[in-house]
Amino acid sequence: MIRWLLLLMLAAGPALAVGDPADQLPDPAQEERARVIGRELRCMVCQNQSIEDSDADLARDLRRIVREQVAQGKPDDAVFRFVHERYGDFVLLKPPFKPETALLWGMPAIALLGGALLIRGMRRRQRVAPGPQELTQAERDRLAQLSGRPRE
Amino acid sequence: MSEAAPNPEAAAWRRRALLLAPLAVAGLGGAGFYAMLRGLGTGNYDPRGVPSALIGKAPPDFSLPPLEGTGLPGLSAADLKTGKPLLVNFFASWCVPCVIEHPQLMRLARDGVAIMGIAYKDKPADSLGFLKQRGTPYARLGVDQPGRVAIDWGLYGVPETYLLDKSGIIRWRMAGPITEEILAQQVTPLLRRTA
Repeated sequence: MIRWLLLLMLAAGPALAVGDPADQLPDPAQEERARVIGRELRCMVCQNQSIEDSDADLARDLRRIVREQVAQGKPDDAVFRFVHERYGDFVLLKPPFKPETALLWGMPAIALLGGALLIRGMRRRQRVAPGPQELTQAERDRLAQLSGRPRE
Repeated sequence: MSEAAPNPEAAAWRRRALLLAPLAVAGLGGAGFYAMLRGLGTGNYDPRGVPSALIGKAPPDFSLPPLEGTGLPGLSAADLKTGKPLLVNFFASWCVPCVIEHPQLMRLARDGVAIMGIAYKDKPADSLGFLKQRGTPYARLGVDQPGRVAIDWGLYGVPETYLLDKSGIIRWRMAGPITEEILAQQVTPLLRRTA
């Protein structure tokens, strides 16, 4: 049962939302370019899908706009700029590097540095940790008493 | 802890702090979660909310035809410079949250605030029916049936409301219904401040 469900999910996964042939560009090279651009644009309605993958109304409108501009011969960055001007950084699935996104992009380096510092701290603590200490006379007496052995 | 504590009292304090740390984390997390839930209820917190790219900018150039039967003029970018702060509200008859925010818009209109309406992807007859049934809060009303002007505004759902200051610059955007809380806590103070 679960296997069937998994198979079904796998089969449904890669299907693109641009199923309507009327929405596709007649030139396959242009259509491919439009798809590459569309996969980098976030659908603002579903938010975790690109406009190529989303079935939302707004995603369809944006797919059409991308295709219109590609057909007009606009370069990729002009198409991205058009959408970015209207929807901001969030619409780009790869956000640009700037002060607001520095933390986002820097997080892997920050995490790595934090881990390295943690490991160094732990190592140092191990180094300064003292070895086995001598028992005091009182402790030795108590131990002997507990284990029932005669005193030394 | 492999460290031998030279000072037993400090070690005891450290142990106590370590015991309390998870409690403090859980407490903070709980408080944060509660604040989120509360914000979700009043509309102050929207996890899907995205700041508008148009804040601080002039609205895009556009010109929309009027809705026949309302007697209201259509809407174009030039109509947004009135020398007073105003609201631009995107709505549709098929949009349930638009029904929720409608009384708040009516109240604003009664208080003399200019609200410019844009009917988004709606059949004109349906928009007309919606306004006939519930009242018209709009001073002007444009029809954007293809939804292209909405994309120039960066709209990603209805209702969406933009607040323009007296010089016609976009200062605030609400994606979602204007609830009574949002009206009192955000719209009214902003209207006063941008006047």
